[in-house]
Amino acid sequence: MQLAKNESQPKTSLQALPISKPESRLYMSYISVAFISLLIGGLMGLLQVLVRSGKFTLPAGIDYYQVLTVHGVILGLVLTTYFIIGFHFSLMGKTVGISIKQRKIAWIAFWIMVVGTVMTAVTILYGEASVLYTFYAPLRAHPVFYIGLALVIVGSWIAGFVNWHQLKVWKKAHPGEKSPLLAFMVTINTAMWFICSLGVAVAVLVQFIPWSLGYAETINVLLSRTLFWYFGHPLVYFWLLPAYMAWYAIIPKIIGGKIFSDSLARLSFVLFLFFSIPVGFHHQLTEPGIDPTWKFIQVVLTFMVIIPSLMTAFSMFATFEITGRRKGAKGLFGWFKKLPWKDVRFLAPFIGMLAFIPGGAGGIINASHQMNALIHNTIWVTGHFHLTVATTVMLTFFGISYWLIPHLRGRKLTPQINRLGIIQAIVWTVGMTIMSGAMHIQGLLGAPRRSSYSEYGGGEQVSEWIGYQLAQAVGGTILFIGILLMVYIFIKLTFFAPKGEEEFPIAEEEDDAEETPAWFENWKLWIGITVALILAAYTVPVIDIVQHSPLGSVPFDFPIGR
Amino acid sequence: MHLHKYEKIWLLFGIGSLVVFLFVVGYGAFWQGTHPQSHGVTIDPNNIESNEAFKPENLGLTKVDEDEYIINIAASAFYYDLGKDEEGNSVRTIRIPKGSKVLWQAATKDVIHGFHVAGTNVNMMVEPGYVSSLETIMDNPGTYTIVCNEYCGIGHHMMYATVEVYE
Repeated sequence: MQLAKNESQPKTSLQALPISKPESRLYMSYISVAFISLLIGGLMGLLQVLVRSGKFTLPAGIDYYQVLTVHGVILGLVLTTYFIIGFHFSLMGKTVGISIKQRKIAWIAFWIMVVGTVMTAVTILYGEASVLYTFYAPLRAHPVFYIGLALVIVGSWIAGFVNWHQLKVWKKAHPGEKSPLLAFMVTINTAMWFICSLGVAVAVLVQFIPWSLGYAETINVLLSRTLFWYFGHPLVYFWLLPAYMAWYAIIPKIIGGKIFSDSLARLSFVLFLFFSIPVGFHHQLTEPGIDPTWKFIQVVLTFMVIIPSLMTAFSMFATFEITGRRKGAKGLFGWFKKLPWKDVRFLAPFIGMLAFIPGGAGGIINASHQMNALIHNTIWVTGHFHLTVATTVMLTFFGISYWLIPHLRGRKLTPQINRLGIIQAIVWTVGMTIMSGAMHIQGLLGAPRRSSYSEYGGGEQVSEWIGYQLAQAVGGTILFIGILLMVYIFIKLTFFAPKGEEEFPIAEEEDDAEETPAWFENWKLWIGITVALILAAYTVPVIDIVQHSPLGSVPFDFPIGR
Repeated sequence: MHLHKYEKIWLLFGIGSLVVFLFVVGYGAFWQGTHPQSHGVTIDPNNIESNEAFKPENLGLTKVDEDEYIINIAASAFYYDLGKDEEGNSVRTIRIPKGSKVLWQAATKDVIHGFHVAGTNVNMMVEPGYVSSLETIMDNPGTYTIVCNEYCGIGHHMMYATVEVYE
């Protein structure tokens, strides 16, 4: 193995493969669902901020929490998962290829997910599942809601299995070579997704479905929440890592540079795999039934992701500086001016990177054990994830769409669409700064998240809160304009942009880059460490939760108006 | 694997700060006793009155000593039961003198609720089968709204009470 590696391993295993028509139809199907979701979910978001301003009530007996459930499920679960799987498949198709059989199975995954999504959507629209996207027991939704969610997860697993198989086939054909960087990253992300979603799948299949159907009388509430958050935190890294893929391996190409370090990129992804999962307790810090020492252990594990995050920040700015200097930049910060600010494929993700600085800092506060009590379940948290997922991740996904969609559709990103994209990114930034900023401040003042408009009996604190809710309505309205713009751009790029060839930008390593160590391909080791960390963080507290559990909870339908 | 010199400095500084930060958080939690609430005290979720603290006559404010109080709260969709006053009316506002030591105890009769004395760190999840409790000193005078901050159903935003800390 070692010998073969030295002889044959090329500096870059980069070989952009052509994407055939039937392939692009598959990838576009996933991405289209994401943009339809964006429009529906965004409209729900607009309704929420309007209701919370106190100046507007929902017509036709629609309930605020029904709207909120749609917003969370369709943006947090549907949009993200579909876009990511479409992006994953595009990356794999481009770097390692896809066989006809694999493509067929990928279609099966797509349709299973669509059936699941429709089942879930119908129950929510009929008001049978106003349980929000976290569906905390003992609120009981219609069983079809849970079954639909399970199908979405199963579909996403099948898509991930296909990705793994794609890499396996490629490795067989390229013995001794390192896997392409993007394929390596996709494999890490799908592995993390599979391991973490096992938790929520167990909760849904073993706990929720039998209980909602009446076969099980009671449910262990704390266990179900623990299984949910075992999934819920890696879920946010499942959203973030595709953005990191673009940052590490695509943005350098767009700005005319090279990958800063292939092995560093791989190392940071491996660290994300390790430290994304054994950390769910930091969402459960204020819960009565979990031992505080175990909470603290998971807090420490949570903070380990700061290390790959710092590595990523360093790599990004190193790439920017090196590229700028090669283009002739002078002085300490001259390289900054050499960045392609007028290219939306760069600008949108770059704003996303900047948003991650306050987003990450807020995240550190959230996970800080006792400090969490100040902001837990306040609207500060909503402000936090609208910076991270709804700005960092979304603007990067938009940045990807500007080249991926025309590439798949055989069209061009025209200067006009590019300009519109820049306007879109600015509109998004302005709207989000206002909305998320107001949410952060209002949260520090103690206002709760996930709550319809209320004056709470007219307390003096509350009158202060409502001003910030007006600001959120302004910010949210601007954001909705941003969504309309983005959906227009999506339609334009898909159906109306002029025919042509848009580049699929994949960055290369430096010519004199050091070789990536072969041990990065040791998947058994990475999965082994991941599982060991999970067992170390969860075995004792879960046994404790089960052994000392109170009587189970019977289902409750009336609180959600069923 | 090669690391750039500046990157080494950057990571060393980053990881160093992280260690210091975690030590501060850990010191606060383990040596100064600022852990978030975690007592693991269970209760019958179908009959919280089986626990002395949540019998109807023990709900609300109880003075146990000079400047020492217990406040028991029974949460249910969408209401905080703080007991009854002398005239038999439901208590909606609790008044406590500034600087009192208060033990907050809450339990739910149905679904999950939140319990947050807004603007303070009295912030607890209230889950079926468990007693949530937190001891604190109410130092700052003012009127605080207690809000349910975990979604509990369509009337979630109507679930509140008031605490007055007077001089």
